[in-house]
Amino acid sequence: MKTHQRRLLWIAATLLIVLIWTFYSANGPQTTAVLAGTVRAATLLALGAMCGMIGERSGVVNIGIEGQFLMSAFFAFTVTSITGSLFMGAMAGIATGLTMGWMLAAMAVGLKVDQIIAGTVLNIGALGLTSFFYDRSRSLGVSKYTNIDLGALADLPLVGTVFFSRPPITYLTMALLVIVHIALFRSVWGMRTRAIGEHPGAADTVGIDVLRLRYLNVTLAGGFAGLGGSYLALEAVGTFSRAMSGGRGFLALAVMIFGRRNPFGAYAAALFFGFTTALQNHFQLNSVFDIPPQFVGMLPFVVTIIVVALSGLMGSMRDPAALGQTYEKG
Amino acid sequence: MSRSILRSVAVPLAAVILGLLIGAILIVSQNASPITAYSSLLQGGLGDGDALLRTLQKATPLIFGGLAVAFAFKAGLFNIGGQGQLLVGAVFAAAVGFGVDGLPMFIHLPAALIAGALAGAIWGGIAGALKATTGAHEVIVTIMLNFVGGNLTDWLSANPWKDNSGNNIVARTPLVEDSATIPTFGAIPVGFLLAVLTAAGCWMILERTTYGFEVRSVGQNRNAAHYAGIKVGWIMASTMAVAGMLAALGGAVESLGVDGRFEAGVNVGLGFEGITIALLARANPLGVIPAALLVGLMEAGASRMQFKAGVAPELIDVIQALILFFVAAPMIVRWLLRMRQGDSEQLRLGAGWGNS
Amino acid sequence: MTDLLLAARNVTKRFPGVLANDDISVELKPGRILALLGENGAGKSTLVNVLFGMYRPDGGQIIIKDEVVDLHGPDDAISRGIGMVHQHFQLVPPMRVVENIVLGAEPTKRGLVDLDEARLRVVELSERYGLEVDPDALVEDLPVGMQQRVEILKALYRNADVLILDEPTGVLTPQEADHLLTVLRGLTETGVGIVFITHKLREVLAIADDIVVLREGRVVGTTTPEQATESGLAEMMVGRSVVLRVEKSTAQPGDVVLQVDDLKVNDNRGQLAVDGVSLQVRAGEIVGVAGVEGNGQRELVEAITGLRHVAAGAMAIAGKPLTNNSTRQIAENDVGHIPEDREKHGIIAAYSLAENSVLNRYHRPPFSSRGIMRREVIYEHAQSVVEEFDVRTPSVNVAASSLSGGNKQKLIVGREFSSHIKLLVAAQPTRGIDIGAIEFIHRRIVEQRDKGAAVLLVSAELDEILSLADRVAVLYDGKLVDVLDANVATREKVGLLMAGITD
Repeated sequence: MKTHQRRLLWIAATLLIVLIWTFYSANGPQTTAVLAGTVRAATLLALGAMCGMIGERSGVVNIGIEGQFLMSAFFAFTVTSITGSLFMGAMAGIATGLTMGWMLAAMAVGLKVDQIIAGTVLNIGALGLTSFFYDRSRSLGVSKYTNIDLGALADLPLVGTVFFSRPPITYLTMALLVIVHIALFRSVWGMRTRAIGEHPGAADTVGIDVLRLRYLNVTLAGGFAGLGGSYLALEAVGTFSRAMSGGRGFLALAVMIFGRRNPFGAYAAALFFGFTTALQNHFQLNSVFDIPPQFVGMLPFVVTIIVVALSGLMGSMRDPAALGQTYEKG
Repeated sequence: MSRSILRSVAVPLAAVILGLLIGAILIVSQNASPITAYSSLLQGGLGDGDALLRTLQKATPLIFGGLAVAFAFKAGLFNIGGQGQLLVGAVFAAAVGFGVDGLPMFIHLPAALIAGALAGAIWGGIAGALKATTGAHEVIVTIMLNFVGGNLTDWLSANPWKDNSGNNIVARTPLVEDSATIPTFGAIPVGFLLAVLTAAGCWMILERTTYGFEVRSVGQNRNAAHYAGIKVGWIMASTMAVAGMLAALGGAVESLGVDGRFEAGVNVGLGFEGITIALLARANPLGVIPAALLVGLMEAGASRMQFKAGVAPELIDVIQALILFFVAAPMIVRWLLRMRQGDSEQLRLGAGWGNS
Repeated sequence: MTDLLLAARNVTKRFPGVLANDDISVELKPGRILALLGENGAGKSTLVNVLFGMYRPDGGQIIIKDEVVDLHGPDDAISRGIGMVHQHFQLVPPMRVVENIVLGAEPTKRGLVDLDEARLRVVELSERYGLEVDPDALVEDLPVGMQQRVEILKALYRNADVLILDEPTGVLTPQEADHLLTVLRGLTETGVGIVFITHKLREVLAIADDIVVLREGRVVGTTTPEQATESGLAEMMVGRSVVLRVEKSTAQPGDVVLQVDDLKVNDNRGQLAVDGVSLQVRAGEIVGVAGVEGNGQRELVEAITGLRHVAAGAMAIAGKPLTNNSTRQIAENDVGHIPEDREKHGIIAAYSLAENSVLNRYHRPPFSSRGIMRREVIYEHAQSVVEEFDVRTPSVNVAASSLSGGNKQKLIVGREFSSHIKLLVAAQPTRGIDIGAIEFIHRRIVEQRDKGAAVLLVSAELDEILSLADRVAVLYDGKLVDVLDANVATREKVGLLMAGITD
């Protein structure tokens, strides 16, 4: 990152803190509520973005995140409902995500199906299967994940509630962001992953098995979406409903692009998107402005269009060079 | 010639059969009989005049939805926005249909159809224009426009264009005037004929005109198209507008010929069904017709299948997804049929978000 | 001490429809340089890909250090001490030099890549072999010659004692090429064996210890520089006697057709690639643009033909200002363009030959009228192009993807030459095609000149420029360094200009 960009970032961050503090002084509870809502909405997007980014860094586009969310949420819900254990449900969600990731890899990497079409198959399949097997009379049976206070940190004003009194999958997500960031940019795995996304031929000639690594990464990435599905069913909502992912798998892709395919960038973008969602909920609940709910509901989607268009115009974010292409040896 | 037709039909056909077979396993898993289920499905879709009418009615927007995907495919663009385009087309066609009165049918009906088509052209054109000017990937933009379109049409039918008759609380428009209603000739709805004609028209444009040559050139090799003097940006924008128009016509026919009004949340799955149909037809506009009839038949018979065999109608969605999977992964089917890979059989879009 | 470093014994490799390697045997001893000579498609690249484990041979044996081996992939070859410098560099552009060098063999510390350790080793290696390079530079910022060093270091980092170089001098100036040959000679003194692939006769004679000539997948001759001559090698390579120089009369230049004034053009990354070029091409002359690839030739051609936006300056064709006009507007001023990359720009692979034969004129009569394509007319046009330009194909209805490179190129040339042209822009017109097609295309280009067309010929092959051009313009770093008349343009002089040395 260039120095003037970095400086801009610092100025923006400072401004943001000042702004938040001003609002907090004016109206503490409401500011806290909106920001807590922001973090809540950002978790799912961040998980989806990590799923997308691991795939894209290795050269595979995943537009099936929406379907991965939905299917994982379904299994997380169903397994919890049967076993009575949130943990078992969450594990089932992750396993479902991994399986869906493996299916995407089998199609896009193994069978060399066009990546966009392969992702679409996942989306349509997940919607069909979960609707077919969905049993309206079933309930979660236990109460959803609740907030855990992180000791004294939770007592801090504002940030205590916003960041340190959260349910478990949110904490796990924050930890994963750090782990994925280090893995992607410092580990051998990360270096090879970035190489196969930029120039698979070069990786191949130094003995890296491109197809195997892509297989592994797309499958692994599915686990993040799977955790997202578990979050959706077991932590955010506490039940399953038809098409409950509501487009957030697609928003996660925008978050990933906006965040320049790195975990911290994606989290910043996720917080921004989460903020629009939280603000929308807040406006609706408190009828601050007399805006029809449909227009407020459009907001994140319109923002995404603008983000994708702007990022193309500025050309500041470059796709991995081999993104979307199948790799043939030789 | 007949050999090549046979070859091009083999994979889709096998995909359908495989989809139905796996569907049968799912039916058994629900303790129902696949034979009862499928025969009642067939009866519900073809059994008598009413059933046939239902199938044709269901197939009509599906043809348009399939064309909307297939046409864009030819330019190498993936239009997942059929949903939103259909909704805006349906609501604007309905608005002209109920909002204007005193016009003769030969003016009113075309005007309503055109209003819907234009709305769809704009909706699709936005994605195409953004792709051409900023490189924003049409897949993301059309998906987002689906959600925006859903919200927008919800609002339109719940507020300015709401049906205020009686004590209606549903978000829907009033019934369209008779002069804007698509008539039916016997068992064949005129909307279906319109759809078939549109498919033939699409084929003519793509295969015989210079515009079609430009569209296909952009789809096959964008750089060579630029070299050949084709305005690639304009082709992408206009192709998406045409695609949007096609999906919107499906919505307009739905409003004016089937439901008689626009109701929020109508035909929620159409965008996705269009993808299945277009791929089943291998992006050939004429192939879209039989593909849409097949899906239309399944949808028309689904409620009878539920009634007779106790199988949830969502099974149709699952079978469609399975068919899509097998068409998309022709290697599996070809392996099963011991077929060799043909030329240019794989559909390729080339992903990437355009920020390169 | 091993006797044989690397050898192929009766290696055979088939691809669908092609026998790429037919019973080939070659051997390399320590400290020696083996040159594999052959024209495009002779099977050189296939052979080295087999030796490097990229392809599995269908028959025969590979021997590495006196041992018969079964290579399952490049990593097998690498671990046995084989290093390869590919013709198209296998480097990850947005990654740093040091990252590229260690990729696949990364030193680690506590589970993470130890870049400090890697940097130390890279610096040490580059000092030992005289291959200076900044380990922290991004590869995409380096000139091609420097990227080649990174490729060589990559092999040395893996302790290679066999180095395979595929057409390594194609991207270098003659003087840079000489330097590379010196570095390679130095390497052999440490016992390294080198396989050197080329189609340039001069280099073979200058550097090789042993020469193996391949043609149509077979070994057609084994010799040494002492026994061989240029013409003898050429004949062996092609299978008949070849004219090394193009026959042409003296140019009769007429009016100025292409006028370029102070042109500035950016590349894909937004950096200035053509920096104030002014140039004139007259009717009836061929102006050759020489230069190491990546010095602005591509951007210059694309700007002139309308494919790329001109940032500043002006250009005119036959007196008509056409700066930043569209490709179509420029083509309609009787401009023919043989694009550098035929697969990317020149043809649409899935289209039939017939459709490709009207790719840039489909919209004009007689090929279409009122927006409807006239398929019979197009078919007949394609037939005549195929006949006149000797395109070998069963039918004009087959997909262009079924043609060989040379035939694709002849189709493109035929298309461009089938209407009257005032200006011909030919970029790398003979890249990657067989000698028969090269001779054919060269003759046709001279023919266009003699008919009064102005020809701008851009080529990375200095030999092509020197044998065809009436005047030679040299590009270096986006600037036009000098324009020489053909009779004073010697290899040495042009070579120095290509490196930006003007005095």
